Order: sequence, then structure tokens, then C-alpha cells
Amino acid sequence: MSGNNKHHISYGTYIIVWLALLAFTSLTVTIAGVNLGRYTLFIALSIAAIKSALVINIFMHIKFDEPIFKVFLGISGSTLFIIFLLTFFDYIYR
Amino acid sequence: MANEIAVKNFYQQSTNKHTGILSWLLTKDHKRIGLMYMMAIMSFFVVGMIIGLLMRLELIAPGRTIMNAQTYNTLFTLHGVIMIFLFIIPGLPAIFGNFFLPIQIGAADVAFPRLNLLSWYIYMIGATLVIVSLFLPGGPIDTGWTFYIPYSIRSTTNVSMALFAAFVLGFSSILTGINFITTVHRLRAPGMGFFKMPLFVWATYATAWIQIIATPVIAITILLVIIERAFGVGIFDPALGGDPILFQHMFWIYSHPAVYIMILPAMGVVSEIIPTFSRRTIFGYKQIAYSSLAIAFIGYLVWAHHMFSSGMSDTARWIFSLLTFIVALPSGVKIFNWVATMYKGSIDPQPPFLWVMNFIFLFSIGGLTGLVLGSLATDIHLTDTYFVVAHFHYVMFGGTGTIFFAALHYWFPKMFGRMYNMKFARIAVVLYFIGFNMLYFPKFIMGYMGMPRRYYDYLPQFTPYQRISTIGSWILVGTIFFIFGYLIHALRKGKKATSNPWGGVTMEWHIPSPPPLENFKTIPTVTHEPYDFSQLKEMKNE
Repeated sequence: MSGNNKHHISYGTYIIVWLALLAFTSLTVTIAGVNLGRYTLFIALSIAAIKSALVINIFMHIKFDEPIFKVFLGISGSTLFIIFLLTFFDYIYR
Repeated sequence: MANEIAVKNFYQQSTNKHTGILSWLLTKDHKRIGLMYMMAIMSFFVVGMIIGLLMRLELIAPGRTIMNAQTYNTLFTLHGVIMIFLFIIPGLPAIFGNFFLPIQIGAADVAFPRLNLLSWYIYMIGATLVIVSLFLPGGPIDTGWTFYIPYSIRSTTNVSMALFAAFVLGFSSILTGINFITTVHRLRAPGMGFFKMPLFVWATYATAWIQIIATPVIAITILLVIIERAFGVGIFDPALGGDPILFQHMFWIYSHPAVYIMILPAMGVVSEIIPTFSRRTIFGYKQIAYSSLAIAFIGYLVWAHHMFSSGMSDTARWIFSLLTFIVALPSGVKIFNWVATMYKGSIDPQPPFLWVMNFIFLFSIGGLTGLVLGSLATDIHLTDTYFVVAHFHYVMFGGTGTIFFAALHYWFPKMFGRMYNMKFARIAVVLYFIGFNMLYFPKFIMGYMGMPRRYYDYLPQFTPYQRISTIGSWILVGTIFFIFGYLIHALRKGKKATSNPWGGVTMEWHIPSPPPLENFKTIPTVTHEPYDFSQLKEMKNE
């Protein structure tokens, strides 16, 4: 479990990830001002997914945790993906 | 059992140094917390029921009868909010899940007892906020329990506070879900593999997954509405460039799976009661277990069938209509397996079994009329009519509500160590059946004839149906008070219950009634299948 595992992440890694998150946030804001048509939402969601992956893996230590937590997270993540996919059947074809 | 006399039960022993009310309010015992939920949830159920009764009384004749239109709007909203968020969603998992899940897997308690108590407090805080919202300036919420945009943005009633209450209640649900999943994964007794767990545990486990994954969606949605009301951000309000259909998507992404939060534990209870009173192992154990998971999963894929007339795309409409029909498969698996379990069984029609028969009849009507509403063409005709109200009540009240009473009658001797009057209990089942069908069946007919839901007034041709429905409400409410009456009487004067009055074989029937503080003297080793009735002989000798 995360509380017991020996893996130690250096402050340097945390700072790099934090800077990456800031950079991605700036990218999201910038792209919001550019007209990319139907790709806007797809790009914004992709950036958000990358940011989530960074937070979950590094800040929440899931990368270094027991496989069962990855399974649990995978179930939740897949459900969320399917929900997004089904919602797009409305938005794309409306 | 031999240790019945020697061991103190959980009423006589506390997890803390306090006595009296404090020993309950600070308890970490899952059984006491389950009973505290029971007190609170049943009190809110009575309030919701009386509100429903008043609404039916208003509808006994066309025009104004006992209240004005605005009062009627607030009453149907409160009836929905109380019954959904304070009764049906927490009902079975929080009361019977808390009490019996740890016992059925051979554990001394849930994985996080303190978190369990915190969940109860959060539930009470949420419930208090609902009540406070009624009396603050602005008045009680009048949007309907679905809080549809744009009206919920513009209503001057206390929408934000009631929404915040639902937000808080969601946390209670999530924490309970986390607790149950961890308990099932970590605290099963030696020998209790996943496929030796009783089916109530399977159902509660599947429900816990829905609670964890789906509830945050409603929390986010609620927060967005509150922010929109406070700051006029324009996420959902079309006047500000928002998308009201997005609200409906987000609301139903939670609220449809929530229907399965309500019904899955009820199906678990049915899977307990039928084998016990048929004296026969459950037919298709694995299929029933998997069907719970399948229902939990498919439940995420069908939400937009609530939105066929909302203006969403035609492609989405046929896709969601198609997906909706798939839910019928795992539900059918359960129903057929239950019936097959009874086939050639040695059926003992005690009250809990009769309640389950009530359930199968009422829930089947609810389920089959769901197919009518899942079909695009017929749904357009029936959207927002009494047909939907009738379908919903047959599924939720006829399903979960009926099983709430079944569970209460099944586990009452174990929880309180007393027996109730069997004759009264049998009469109650019959009266409930009559009252229920008189109350709700006319709504199918009225809905088909075009009577819209949530209307305070109606055309004269609906009068006979409305009147039958109102009389049905008197019979049903009278029956429910009758049930509470004989159960409360049994608490004080009922015959002492043995450890296994029904001849059940799951873990709870191996321990005294009421159970001792940490359930088992020593954590048991499980050697039998969950519904192996050959153990009954051994149990009698213990």
C-alpha cells in the first residue's frame, strides 16, 4: 500500500511534474482561444487526460502501488471513458 | 446454540465507555450504526409517505381541494427528494448492508468502523440541511426531484440549499461504498472465497461500486448548478449560452445508475429469502452473482433513455433505446433463477417469502412497463405522463420498497431477538398488495390516456381513476402503519427468537439472536457453499 511502500519520489520529480501541469494548463487556455472546430473538445479532453495521468501516477503514487489499485482505477477510468463516448453520440450528431 | 446464554448481545455491550444515548452516538459497532440508520431512514420514510398521502388527497377531486398549486409543487418535490435521497438510496445498504454484510462474510465489523459512523453523521447533516431549506426565506424547493434546468436556475425557492443537501448526502453514500468494498476484499473469513459469499453480499458489493463511481458525477453537477445560480456562469442556462441538455446528461449519468443502487441490494435480499424458504440451494449461483455485476455495469450505459424527448440527437436516441433493452437480460437471469430455485423446493410460505412473492409480481409489472418506455415511439407518447409515475413506483416502491419490508420481516428476529405476530404479518402482505395496486395501477391507465405528471388539476374524465388511486393510498398507508404497529409491539412483547427461526444457513443464522458485540466468538472457517442446506442438521446439533 502507498503508506508502506518504500519508493521515494524526489522533490525534483515533483517540481518537474508540477511545471508540466502548469504548462498543460496554459496550453488548454491558449487552445480555448483558437478555433479548431470540432477538434477543440477532443484536444482539451486529451490534455486533461494527460494531466490526470500525471497526478494519479506521481502525486497519488499509483504507479508504485499494488496492482489491485490499478485494477480499481482502471474500472473507474474505463467507465468514465464509456460515459464520454456515449455522450458524444448526442453532441456529434445533434 | 450453547453460547446463546453465556454471551452478551450487542445491545448489552458497547464499543465505548459510555452508556445510554452516548454509547449509541459514539458507537463503532456496525450493527448499532445500522440500527441508527434504520431509525433515521424510517422516520424520513414516514414523512415522505405522509406528503404522498396529502398529494393524493388533493387529487381526490378536480380543482383545489386542500392546498394551492404552489404547495402541491413543493410537496411533490419534497416527496421525491425525501424518498429518493433519504429513503430508497441509503435504505437497504445502510441498514441491512451495515448490519449483515460483515456477519455474512464472517467478519467482526466493517473495515473502517469510524468511517462508518462518520457516514451516518454526514447522512444526518444532509438530512438536516433538507429540513432547514424548508423553513428559510424563499421557501421549500419546487423544481421536482430532478432539478431540471432552466427552471432550477430561475426558481426563487431554496434550490441551492436543497441541492447542497443532496451533495452532502452523496458523500455519505460514497464513504459507505468504500467501506463495503474494502470489507469484502479484506475481511472475508478463512475459506470464504468470492464464490462462497452470500448473494446479498454480492449485490451490496456491486452496489458499492456504483456508489463510488457514479455519485461524484451528481456532486459535480450539483456544484455547477449552485455556481450557476450564484454567479450566472452559463454552463447549463441557454439564456447565458449554456446547454440544458448537458445538465440532463450529467444528472442521469448518476441518477440512472442510482436506480440500480436502489434495486440491486433488494435483489440480493430476494436471493437470500427464496432459498431459505424453499429449503433448496439457489439455482444458478454464479449467474446471479455475475448478473449483479452486469446490471451494475450496464446501468451506466442507459441513462439517456430518460431524455428521449429532450432534443438530443436521433443517433443517441436509438443507441440508448437499444442499450436499454440489454438491461432486461441480467434482470431476466435473476427472475428465472429465483423461480427455478423454488421449483421442486419444499416451500414454507412464511411472511418474508410472501413479501418476496409480492415483489416478483409488482417488480415484473414495473420491469415490463419499462420496456414500453424504453421503446422510442411509445416513450414519446408516454413521456411525462402518469404512466412514467406508475412505472417508477412499481419498480422502486413495488421493488425496493416491498423488499425493504421483506428484509425487515426476514431479519427482524435476528436484529431484535423477538418474533412478531405471523397472522398479522400475513394479513399485512395481502392488504399491501391490494392498496399498492389500487394506488398505482390506475396511473398506468391515466398516463396512457394522457394525464400529465406533476399536475395539480385534471380533466373530469380522470376523476374515477384518481379517486380509486386515492382510496388505494389510504389502504396502503394504513397497512404500513399496521406493520409498524405489530413490529413495535413485538419489540416489547414478542416471543423470544431462537438463533435460527427460519432454518437459514448463511452465517447470520449460526450466531445468537441478537448477535454478540463482535458477531463471532472466534472468526469462523467457512467450509460449506453459501446455500448448502445439508448444514441444517449440523447447526441443530451445535
